[in-house]
Amino acid sequence: MIALIIVLGILALLVIFFIGTYNSLVVKRNRVQNGWHQIDVQLKRRIDLIPNLVETVKGYAAHEKAIFERIAEARSLAINAKGPAESAKANNMLSDTLKTLFAVVENYPTLKANENFMKLQEELTATENKIAFSRQFYNDVVMDFNNQIQMFPSNVVAGMFSFKAGEFYTVPEAEREAPKVKF
Amino acid sequence: MAPRRHLYQLIARNKLSTGLFIILFSIILGVIGLALGSAMRWGTGYYVMFGLFVVVYNLVLYFNSDRIALAVNGARAADPAEYAQLHNIVEEVAIAAGLPKPGVYVIDTDSPNAFATGRGPKHASIAVTRGLLEILDREELQGVVAHELAHVRNYDILLMTVVAIIGGLIILFRDIFLRWGFFFGGGRRRRDSDRGGGQAQLILVLVGLVLAILAPILVALIRAAISRQREYLADASGAYIVRNPHGLAGALAKLGQSTEKLRTASNATAHMFITSPFAKDRGESANWFASHPPLADRIARLNSLTLSEEDADPDLTTKTPRH
Repeated sequence: MIALIIVLGILALLVIFFIGTYNSLVVKRNRVQNGWHQIDVQLKRRIDLIPNLVETVKGYAAHEKAIFERIAEARSLAINAKGPAESAKANNMLSDTLKTLFAVVENYPTLKANENFMKLQEELTATENKIAFSRQFYNDVVMDFNNQIQMFPSNVVAGMFSFKAGEFYTVPEAEREAPKVKF
Repeated sequence: MAPRRHLYQLIARNKLSTGLFIILFSIILGVIGLALGSAMRWGTGYYVMFGLFVVVYNLVLYFNSDRIALAVNGARAADPAEYAQLHNIVEEVAIAAGLPKPGVYVIDTDSPNAFATGRGPKHASIAVTRGLLEILDREELQGVVAHELAHVRNYDILLMTVVAIIGGLIILFRDIFLRWGFFFGGGRRRRDSDRGGGQAQLILVLVGLVLAILAPILVALIRAAISRQREYLADASGAYIVRNPHGLAGALAKLGQSTEKLRTASNATAHMFITSPFAKDRGESANWFASHPPLADRIARLNSLTLSEEDADPDLTTKTPRH
């Protein structure tokens, strides 16, 4: 009798552990998806801002054609990128070309003082920051999720329901450095 | 994630302190009300009314304390077009902290300062003064907003706001009772031989005197609860949220140079702000009753933080300060 109660108790505990772990894994997976969605929203916002910015700069510096072409190219790559890894690569390229653009703008004081340009610059700075911060937040949640998937005993539950580890949104070393600009 | 428990412990402790403060003040109110009622020999109707008042007062305190705090400081909602940069900064820091975007308010004064208020992360507001927007650059403003959002995330805001309003009410009641007692009672004393009037005025003066003694003790309690450690912690976690301690350090340095006093602030609300609203208190030496740690010390601590992606959240790893 006592043995039966103990066995039932252990079984009940196991069931509770399974349900708890499964639910916590689902919550974390949703958090990862939501985090990715947040990055995506900001990346799209930046893509939408760029044509306006390019038009404004063109009004003052129409002959800087090479840079406009590179921005257009990087922008279309970013639009068509799929998944965190590919998107990270394309958008890092876009960030680099934008940095070059702002470095070029330094040579046009009247453009820098243009109110429309200043507004666009603030919007773009804010969007860049939001991208960086949502990426930082996304990587934090991915790490939390992956830890639970890989650690014992929750990895057993994760394996049974085939939870897959999240993909980190990586920043290449080059982006951490100041932009290198040649004139 | 075992270290995350420290953040939950901190939040749980803040909620508990808030509850204790609300209950403590309700008891004080109840004692005053009962003493007044029995001394004046008022009937059952009075006690029912008084009970209702205490209930309504607590509901207002819990659900509207943020609006009261904003109104008392003359904060108005920041126009998204006029204050586009401020809105952008609040949005981006909220993303970094993983919180919903709080309400954004501006206080029209030259004195540079900022505070956060609300019930919790889902009902939070941040207010900054016009003077702050004028002297800080983008990075510094971001640091200040991150400090305020750290208070939001830690549930410091509800405790700080409730304590400010209770402190303000105590001072208000003390003034009312003392004035009633001396003016109304005092003027009637010679002409009126009615003993009830004389007794009532005595009670009012006594209650006023008790409150007068209680007020400074309560202010000391506030100082203990809203420990200066909380400011260090919000500095550190703010710097962690944006992964940059230099913005906030630069902002604090500029705030230290300002000599403008914040007109709307009082002793009851001083602890809500990012730096003391009284210019003379921003000096170097810390005294027992100071609401904030010395600025030079806060800046030094921020500058000693060298943050990298691998560094752990100070809220999650350091033990919460003991009071």
